[in-house]
Amino acid sequence: MEYFIELFFSGLTRGSIYALIALGYTMVYGIIGLINFAHGDIYMIGAFTAFIIATALSIFGFPLLSIVILAALAAVIWSSAYGYTIEKLAYKPLRHAPRLSPLISAIGMSIFLQNYVLLAQTSDFLAFPELIPDLEFMEPVAHVVGTTDLVILVTTAMAMLGLTLIIKFTRIGKAMRATAQDRTMAMLVGINVDRVISMTFIIGSALAAIGGILIASHIGQINFYIGFIAGIKAFTAAVLGGIGSIPGAVLGGFVLGLTESFATGYVSSDYEDVFAFALLVTILIFKPSGLLGRSDIQKV
Amino acid sequence: MNSFKETKRSALVSLWFMFLTFPVMVMKVDAIEKTVTWRWENMAFIGIGSFILSLFGRAFFERQKSRRQRQIEQNIEKRNLIQIIISHNKYLYPLAIAFFLFALLFPHLFSTYQINVMTTALMYVVLGLGLNIVVGVAGLLDLGFVAFYAVGAYSYALLNLHFGLGFWAVLPIGAILAAMFGVLLGFPVLRLRGDYLAIVTLAFGEIIRLVLENWNEFSQGPSGVSNIPRPGLFGIDLTLDQAITYLYYLMIIMVLVTIFVVNRLQNSRLGRAWVALREDEIACQAMGIDKTKTKLTAFALGATWAGMVGVIFAAKTTFINPASFTFLESAIILAIVVLGGMGSIVGVIIGAFILILLPEYLRALSDYRMLAFGAIMVSMMVFRPQGIISNVRRRYHYDPEKERSE
Repeated sequence: MEYFIELFFSGLTRGSIYALIALGYTMVYGIIGLINFAHGDIYMIGAFTAFIIATALSIFGFPLLSIVILAALAAVIWSSAYGYTIEKLAYKPLRHAPRLSPLISAIGMSIFLQNYVLLAQTSDFLAFPELIPDLEFMEPVAHVVGTTDLVILVTTAMAMLGLTLIIKFTRIGKAMRATAQDRTMAMLVGINVDRVISMTFIIGSALAAIGGILIASHIGQINFYIGFIAGIKAFTAAVLGGIGSIPGAVLGGFVLGLTESFATGYVSSDYEDVFAFALLVTILIFKPSGLLGRSDIQKV
Repeated sequence: MNSFKETKRSALVSLWFMFLTFPVMVMKVDAIEKTVTWRWENMAFIGIGSFILSLFGRAFFERQKSRRQRQIEQNIEKRNLIQIIISHNKYLYPLAIAFFLFALLFPHLFSTYQINVMTTALMYVVLGLGLNIVVGVAGLLDLGFVAFYAVGAYSYALLNLHFGLGFWAVLPIGAILAAMFGVLLGFPVLRLRGDYLAIVTLAFGEIIRLVLENWNEFSQGPSGVSNIPRPGLFGIDLTLDQAITYLYYLMIIMVLVTIFVVNRLQNSRLGRAWVALREDEIACQAMGIDKTKTKLTAFALGATWAGMVGVIFAAKTTFINPASFTFLESAIILAIVVLGGMGSIVGVIIGAFILILLPEYLRALSDYRMLAFGAIMVSMMVFRPQGIISNVRRRYHYDPEKERSE
């Protein structure tokens, strides 16, 4: 039973990080109908920025709390900046091109970003500094759920709450929902669609950066390639829940995280990624629109 | 005034990029030695580079826009030199014969190393032509194409290891197996549209690679299969040099066969059905085309070529392991198709030569190879989405004069 609970919490932790990254995919897809292939690499850049800043600050002798805050802030700022720039460079000129073109451009961007970090930094695995100290009151349950897990769950919940508030109650959130429904109509009623799209990329990238820091402090090491597999898995989560749907991305993240955790715990740990992809294929065969997605009617 | 404004804009762009690349490009930390290295020279490079690129990029974009405007106004379709050559037989045939002769003489003119490189490039030509059927003609974005390549390679390696089957016996078996995997992949994705399809094919490719990596009893895991025999020639013993030359000629024949078959396919009933499927799925079904059959044949026929090249790849390198079949390989083959121009046979051939030979001869810059790769894919899409050679669609004119005279 204890093993079950342990797996359950590790699944929740994984799932919440997948959900954070999946939100970026699903928001972008909802608004411009593009799989942002480079999203996983933005998350990687977020983790790298946090790593560089945190290590540099600890060398300069800053106190731990200020390191955590400054590194997180830097990761969010730079990831958002990358997201914004990538959209302007690689996707905006292709907004009226056939569907395949922006997707291929996105794949190119992903390859570019990976090699950019590889050349500018290193190809080795780097040890991510321990940003989250073990809390004392977690001691009695530490063998099933660690402090890091708790911090991840709480941060994810807060980030999601924040996102929901932005989308439900602010002006830009309203504009986003309008653009997702019908872009031309949104333009006609005076919404600056370019700005909405930029904002979507910025928010999505910020969430990815938070996910990046969390997963890096959970696993303890980073590398230029971490974005690829995490990106595919987060995309799987988004598709599972129904791409374009925000609650769907969260649900999909948790379903994927728990499936992976139980499958590796009870079946075999060698095939961790295979389970995730097999789940994706199965869901798409039986319910191509995902768990919470609505199937749109195609017209000629 | 205008140029001042442009300069100011470029200066802002360059400032932005200097900020953007600051942590990754300038700072380098070492947690063990506890040192921070500041590489300010990188910042200067980025600043100057992005300033120049943004100036030129914007000028290029403006020019292209005005040119396109002019073309629409005057209602002309500009064709570039290669397109003119392709569409006129009197240019095409002599040129094709010249190329063919050069290809035949190639092993006598250049070193073994060069022949090896050329064989690899030819393999990518066939792979590109295979993927071109799926992506370029039928419009199904397949990101897991390398899976079929792996199926071909492993079918030769394992059938040879366990049953002692030779190259020529496995070549058709590899092709059939790959085609079967193509159908196997095709079934679940029949109902999916473009983007979902892309991600499922990617997942499929990764599943195949992960299974090969982890199922030790079946595929010998990450250590791979070694000592795969080279193809035989009526039982004659060949030296290494001769074997390489022999493989080169095999590849030449393979490329010719592929070009012939793919060309005939594109103009067949099936090929037309693929194009119709690419242009509009619903309209295509309304015209009475069986969507299931058309999609599955596209996957199967595309995979067949990958399977055959896989067998040849295993025979050429005599050693294979799962690391040769990563997503990057799929991306390279896709880049060949995209760079060359989707749907165009000559384009794919040129694309393969550029992407495979260029990095080979620019060894000094090999570190920057993948970086350039990504950049080319993006800028190709932004500046020239139709590829080097866009596929010229055959047009049918209704000529009333001709009609009357008949």
